[in-house]
Amino acid sequence: MQIKPILAALRRHKAGTILIALQIALTLAIVCNALFIVHERVDRVRRATGMNEANVVAVQNLYVGSPSTYIPLMKTDLQAIRSMPGVQDAYITNAFPLRRGGWSTSAQKDPDATKNGVQSALYFGDEHTLATLGVKLIAGRNFRPSEVVSFGRDQQPAPPQVIVTKAFADKLFPEGNALGKTVYYIKGKPSTIIGIVEKLTVPWIDANFIDNVTIMPLFFDSSYQHFIVRTKPGQQDAVYRTIANTLYGVSRMRVLPEKNGVRTFDMVRANAYEADRGMAVLMSIVCGVLLAITAAGIVGLSSFWVGQRRKQIGVRRALGARRKDILSYFMTENFLIALAGVVLGVVLALGMNQWMLTQFEMARISVSYVLIGVLVLLGLGQAAVFAPALRASRVSPVEATRSV
Amino acid sequence: MFGYYVELALRSLRLSRALTALMILAVALGIGASMTTLTVLHVLSGDPLPGKSSKVFMPRLDPRDKEGYDPTDELPVQVTWADGMNLLHAHRARRQALMTAGATPVQSDDAAIDPFIVPARYTTTDFFPMFDVPFRFGQGWSAADDASRARVAVIGADLNDRLFHGENSVGRIVHADGVDLRIVGVLAPWRAVPHFYDLNTGNYSVGEEVFVPLGTARDAKLKRNGGLECWGNKSSDEEGMETANCVWLQLWVELDDAAAVVSYRAFLDGYARDQVALGRFERPARTALPDVMRFLDEQRVVPSDVRLQVWLAFGFFLVCLVNTVGLMLAKFMRRAGEVGVRRALGASRRSVFAQLLTEAAIIGVAGGIVGLGVAFLGLAIVRMQPGAASQLAHLDLAMLLVTFLVSIAATLAAGLIPAWRTCRIAPALQIKSQ
Repeated sequence: MQIKPILAALRRHKAGTILIALQIALTLAIVCNALFIVHERVDRVRRATGMNEANVVAVQNLYVGSPSTYIPLMKTDLQAIRSMPGVQDAYITNAFPLRRGGWSTSAQKDPDATKNGVQSALYFGDEHTLATLGVKLIAGRNFRPSEVVSFGRDQQPAPPQVIVTKAFADKLFPEGNALGKTVYYIKGKPSTIIGIVEKLTVPWIDANFIDNVTIMPLFFDSSYQHFIVRTKPGQQDAVYRTIANTLYGVSRMRVLPEKNGVRTFDMVRANAYEADRGMAVLMSIVCGVLLAITAAGIVGLSSFWVGQRRKQIGVRRALGARRKDILSYFMTENFLIALAGVVLGVVLALGMNQWMLTQFEMARISVSYVLIGVLVLLGLGQAAVFAPALRASRVSPVEATRSV
Repeated sequence: MFGYYVELALRSLRLSRALTALMILAVALGIGASMTTLTVLHVLSGDPLPGKSSKVFMPRLDPRDKEGYDPTDELPVQVTWADGMNLLHAHRARRQALMTAGATPVQSDDAAIDPFIVPARYTTTDFFPMFDVPFRFGQGWSAADDASRARVAVIGADLNDRLFHGENSVGRIVHADGVDLRIVGVLAPWRAVPHFYDLNTGNYSVGEEVFVPLGTARDAKLKRNGGLECWGNKSSDEEGMETANCVWLQLWVELDDAAAVVSYRAFLDGYARDQVALGRFERPARTALPDVMRFLDEQRVVPSDVRLQVWLAFGFFLVCLVNTVGLMLAKFMRRAGEVGVRRALGASRRSVFAQLLTEAAIIGVAGGIVGLGVAFLGLAIVRMQPGAASQLAHLDLAMLLVTFLVSIAATLAAGLIPAWRTCRIAPALQIKSQ
């Protein structure tokens, strides 16, 4: 294929050429950055919590009435839930993964140190916690019932035994021998690591210490509680529907919030990441529409060029050019324009990413996204120009003898 | 003449329906996307206290201990009970309010209504006049009620609808977490967007439904539900919050003019230095006194996703415009023959140019109308999102007008190059080739 004549012809309709190239460049820049954002968000939404999330129901509960009744109420509530048909296990806590609210503190290895500790989320629970969450204990042992004690607002969460996540243990004890070691959540109050779980995430979705969690064998004497319930397989919906009535049956001195009072863990996850999912969907739609508009623009302009050059095409055909030659002429022409567009587009895409890096705390775009974007747009250009080019190739040699 | 141009333009647009539809659609999508995101940004970054936000300030201090001191640290956005009370009682501003957030179960006398939880605010009397809070019935409580820790409350419009079917409930009783409070005022529907006076409860959280004097709330042990930042190793139990090493209250003051700001600033600096001298503050004395908008700006309240979406929409609009320029170029150039004939028959370049721009403007108007539809649709989708403030996104009249003007201006701008190129066609050349 002769490229020189194509370039020569392109020089005769500069404005259109530049516009298509510019449109391809802008589309490439936006699409690959948008796709990159989609990818980041999808990664976040899919992030594992370390729990076995199937068959879990979470209940928010606020006790009303005298504070002295909270601990006894918590115990009878737990008993009632555990004896519900369809319930496998349950415990009561202050926070859990994806709850987006909880308690965190800085833990120290050294009894006298006061700064540069390792940040950890605190989950209060009991000997049922690990089984209910479905997290895997990889070293040490579970809590014993006798180790679970109550503590109130006026005390500090620093029980003698704690179970921690592997990520937190490794941060605090990089040599990897955390089991049995002492850690200080409160100055002067040692806690021994009696167990290590494989993975469990903090309640927040944006924390930079996402895998650092400590489980403490404590009943938190507070009006605001969360029940976490593991149902038997297939019983999740039944428990989800009946648990509020069971709790009100035990005592009416409570409020379950109207919104999000009882949630399956699927709902917890969906609530936690709804903004991210919305952003991913929006970006995908924008990409789709932009590509469609760009393709439509290419079809429109190419059709115009074909119409404008019918006579020349007829002449070429009369001079012996095959239909294939005409087709490949227009395909090549578009390819050259698109190539110029994507070269400019790559520069724009990287520049845009650089700018977003400073404005929106985003990660640097990976080269593969730019490459995929380049391929998509080159392919899109070829697909869009195919119909007009095919029409051009059908121009009969007789056109050469016509005046327009 | 203009009527004739419009007629010509409509005829020409009708001749190539697909291309016309494509241009209108591109303009409409670009306009619609931009207006949708701009409206959302406009709502989220709005002024929660129009006309007054530059007169309301948040005094900020640094009461924390030495541990981990870093001079570049941000100052806390809340104050301790001691500092809050000291500054409140100094009465150095026209108005001042000290407050914290709560969440309280409300029981109804009507047995058919289960207890439910509503957001609450425990504050002092100036809250209502300082933030221009509108009342439907009654009024706020008095300074004497604050001092005597009277069992009174102001309730929001929604709660009044729910408990008292919207009737004037002043003088009646609301049961908040088992405590009986006499209602002194009922608000008209009111919501601060953003929720500037306490961002700890969420940048765009819904308004409170129960307002109780701060002292009363502490006396009655109503449930606190707000931001809490503590230091040192002293415990922070609910009972001892008044003496705890924690910041947990928001303090706002109203200052009338620049002179008042300067003098309050001096007072605040003096107060901080005194506290350092007393040994209460361990860090060097530092203060800040941002007004509402400055505070919102510093706290980066508008979600970065929303700003990102606005930029994305503008990029999208730009692609749509480039696309329209290309298509219009194709469309106008195709009519080179027709233009040649018109020029040869005596039409001036100017009139050809005007006619082509009329055509562009018609596309702009059509794009604007369809774009408005796209924006309405976009905002309807935004409102369906469960996010806290998204429900507030409505197109206002100003935005509607802007939509049209931007659409027409953008398409006219897009039509300039093609129209200019087309009207420069030499008539002779075209006639010859006919």
